[in-house]
Amino acid sequence: MNFYNSVNFPINFNNHQDISESSDIIKHFHTPITTATSVLGIAFNNGVIISADILGSYGSLARFKNFSRILQANKNTLLGVGGDIADFQYLKELIQGKMIGEECLEDDIPLKPASLLCWLTRVMYNRRSKIDPLWNNILVAGIQDGKPYLGFIDKLGTAVEDKLIATGYGAYIAIPLLRDALEKKPDLNKQEAEELMKKCMEILYYRDARSFNKYELAILTTEGTEFKGPIEIKANWSISNDVCGYE
Amino acid sequence: MILANTESNSSLKSHNTRFNPYDDNGGSIVAIGGDDFVVIASDTRLSTGFSIYSRNQSKLFKLSKKSILGSSGCWCDTLTLTRLLNARMQMYLHEHNKEMNTPALAQMLSTMLYYKRFFPYYVSNILAGIESDGSGWIYSYDPIGNVEKCKFRAGGSSGVLLQPLLDNQIMLSNLQNIDEQPLSLEKAIKIIQDVFTSAAERDIYTGDEIRIMSITADCFKEEKIQMRKD
Repeated sequence: MNFYNSVNFPINFNNHQDISESSDIIKHFHTPITTATSVLGIAFNNGVIISADILGSYGSLARFKNFSRILQANKNTLLGVGGDIADFQYLKELIQGKMIGEECLEDDIPLKPASLLCWLTRVMYNRRSKIDPLWNNILVAGIQDGKPYLGFIDKLGTAVEDKLIATGYGAYIAIPLLRDALEKKPDLNKQEAEELMKKCMEILYYRDARSFNKYELAILTTEGTEFKGPIEIKANWSISNDVCGYE
Repeated sequence: MILANTESNSSLKSHNTRFNPYDDNGGSIVAIGGDDFVVIASDTRLSTGFSIYSRNQSKLFKLSKKSILGSSGCWCDTLTLTRLLNARMQMYLHEHNKEMNTPALAQMLSTMLYYKRFFPYYVSNILAGIESDGSGWIYSYDPIGNVEKCKFRAGGSSGVLLQPLLDNQIMLSNLQNIDEQPLSLEKAIKIIQDVFTSAAERDIYTGDEIRIMSITADCFKEEKIQMRKD
């Protein structure tokens, strides 16, 4: 028996298998505390666009109102993260560490988005296998061999590649709008993709109670990266006067 | 009063459930082996609950020139298992200077699944392969490594829906006065298309597109067939 096991802690930090029969306190270790809502991504004809609002919620409280959660991993990869903010900040450190490791090789071979996604999949899967997940959704967007690339990973390590991705509430509200738009015009250009994204963010702001009226956009094309924001949504709530029967 | 208390307690507990490391991402696999061919198909829908992750995700993995794995269920487990399988196929290739044959691969997969007996890969696997005599065979697995060698199998979210249909259409069970003819690849693909269409009508986790891979002595073929997308 090692030292930590012999010390009488009020809560057992060491053994994750004790969760089921222990007190409720332990359970809270495995639930998100401060959270961020949906992340959206679209792959268009020569690049990718992702967006996320800048709110960190503490339950229903709008706790952190200027919290950016879009990162640039390297020259050809962007990341957008939703879910628990503490886990996101840990993940950010981990990814930055990985990027420094890649840079130290000095081989002029930048890590491609699909490789980063694959690596993140292993990180997430290993944590879920310890029953101690990183409670995040990660969107990986970039240019892979000259082509737009968009992928997604959840807290289990489930990985998906697609032309459209929306996490959280966006999966229910934005995905139908995005799919509809892409069905009508499969090959969007940068401007159309940006307009579509802005429309989706606005609709999400109206419907998702944990969303915020300020968001960021990041566009990555073969020419480079463009960060926009925080963009403010000029909401029009005048219709709310006509809503009745829900008081 | 006490009764009311315990009721509210139990409802609270069921609401505050423990983290679940598994997910059911759906998807179906059908495989048929003939005298000189093997064919395996999957749909391309990847779901979670009532939402669709992707309409374009094949669940087939070509492991060697002579074998294809179909794997559906918990997608993160599928990804992990197939990545591990590919690594071990590579190791075998480098060690023996030849690809692993189908029966060896079938046994290795069973062992790899059983290794995780007490925290299983939550996956329904169907391995389709050509054996040394050129005949096509199917190996089907449960999540903990039980394996059965057979001529045709349906698995995944529509497995229980499709297996009796295959029994009827391929084994010609419950039919009278029918002269049995050897199954051709063309006929097998037609049956696959029909059974997937039927599954898509009843199972919300099956749909979008069928991906079919077939292997014969001299060629490997891949095709796509569209299905309903609602």
